[in-house]
Amino acid sequence: MEITNIWYFLSALTLLSALMVVFAKNPIHSVLYLVFTFFCISGHYVLLNAQFLMAVNIIVYAGAIMVLFLFVIMMLDLRKNMPESKSSLVKLAGSVVAGTLLVILIAAFHKNSLPAPTAENTANFTSQTGMVENLGKVLYSEYLLPFELVSILFFVAMVGAVLLGKREVGERNF
Amino acid sequence: MELLNDVFTAKAIFIGIVFAITLGVAAYSTYFERKIAAFMQDRIGPDRAGPFGILQPLADAVKMFMKEDFIPANSNKWLFIAGPCLSMLTALMTSAVVPFGDTVTISGVTFDLQGIDVNIGILWVFGIVSLGVYGILVGGWASNNKYSLLGAIRAASQNISYELAMGMSIIAILMLSGSLSTKAIVETQQAGHWNILQQPLGFVIFLICAFAECNRTPFDLPECETELIGGYHTEYSSMKLGFYLFAEYINMFISGAVMATLFFGGYDYPGYAYIAAQLGSNAATFIGMGALIGKALLFVFVFMWVRWTLPRFRYDQLMGLGWTGLIPLSMFNVVVTGFGILIDQPILAGVGGIVILLVGLIVNDALSRKKKIA
Repeated sequence: MEITNIWYFLSALTLLSALMVVFAKNPIHSVLYLVFTFFCISGHYVLLNAQFLMAVNIIVYAGAIMVLFLFVIMMLDLRKNMPESKSSLVKLAGSVVAGTLLVILIAAFHKNSLPAPTAENTANFTSQTGMVENLGKVLYSEYLLPFELVSILFFVAMVGAVLLGKREVGERNF
Repeated sequence: MELLNDVFTAKAIFIGIVFAITLGVAAYSTYFERKIAAFMQDRIGPDRAGPFGILQPLADAVKMFMKEDFIPANSNKWLFIAGPCLSMLTALMTSAVVPFGDTVTISGVTFDLQGIDVNIGILWVFGIVSLGVYGILVGGWASNNKYSLLGAIRAASQNISYELAMGMSIIAILMLSGSLSTKAIVETQQAGHWNILQQPLGFVIFLICAFAECNRTPFDLPECETELIGGYHTEYSSMKLGFYLFAEYINMFISGAVMATLFFGGYDYPGYAYIAAQLGSNAATFIGMGALIGKALLFVFVFMWVRWTLPRFRYDQLMGLGWTGLIPLSMFNVVVTGFGILIDQPILAGVGGIVILLVGLIVNDALSRKKKIA
């Protein structure tokens, strides 16, 4: 099987599941389609030889953030909180805005379309760029300061979460 | 091309064997769980099917298949069926990166006793573990039952909370071995340099998190029968329930294998080099595979031992332990490991870290007790 065929199949699957996120009537189904979309995107990362991004995408988005989404939606009473259907004017305005955005995006990509791979512009290409060792080297040399700042930010957020969860002496359990 | 085919066939056969071993171990775990429970409670346990009740798992399987397969009205039918399937799928996927042994050479073809050797091995385990909660969450919601939903929500929040501490305890291992690949992690531990000597604190954190991720007692709040009837599988019957229970036993075995890989030298055992010199490297490799499975089974026993010894946590205690206990502890462990690498004495730092922790806890306790009196 040609690798381009795999790419076409995966892209079709990604687009289909992304569309199903929008079209599904039930919010739970939407979230599950979104999880599936993340899996397809991880598949694209594997095709790009970026295994680390694939794993991190699954851990962070599919494994943590989407679980929280599902968690919150399951808590809602879906029958009570269904939004009433919009008026036709709102629907028309929405389609016009979305259609304009689509046209602009297609035009932008068409104008800046990347050149096809030739012998000259693939001379500096290495297939190992996306491997975790190379990614680590780039992060800890070229982008050291932003990386450390982001890690401090996460550390502060984590300490804050622990502090919020801590129970003072004499406080009630519930 | 010929070589590729040989390696491909060998890998396919190997994956089939791992699959069979995992399912067999999971089936017999149910038998041993009941036997161990019986022993601890001074009972006899299952003894009717075959000698010592050894055919009990078969009888259970027949019973599970023959029971009525019931799907409740007003439940979401497809998601109701998908729940146990997802649980089983995620439970079986983790074993792909566990290195069961070193290389084997049969008729000139050398291959690893490992499903896939990717350089992100441990992240794969972590990713699949974080997906494990979907089976419970989807099944619990699709049942259209308040108790199931509560069980599912508990499972989700519990898994997310304990994943953080688990990830932090893995980071200390990565600092020591310098690689994400499970194969490389095992290779740095050969000849008795097991990570448990350098990471006693990290191992304790990982073990507690493994209990929470497998939903085993004392962390089995999602199926807490005193509060939630049966938790997320209240509405399930027949083999769908069987899949949920089976997935739990598979998770126990695989997490035992992962713990053996990360902390107990994987397929390493005392006298590996001697046996390799005497009987050849193939025999030594197969004994190593046996050693890894033996270590994993030992952890399965620990899981059962704890289940029949400790009572269940209260839910706020569970969250308190995860967020205010294990996460700061695993951060401390990362700092101690870094210090150990800096002074080039990882074992000393590991033991010293525990001593400092205990002294700190005692001093803190003494200080806070004085405050309470005053």
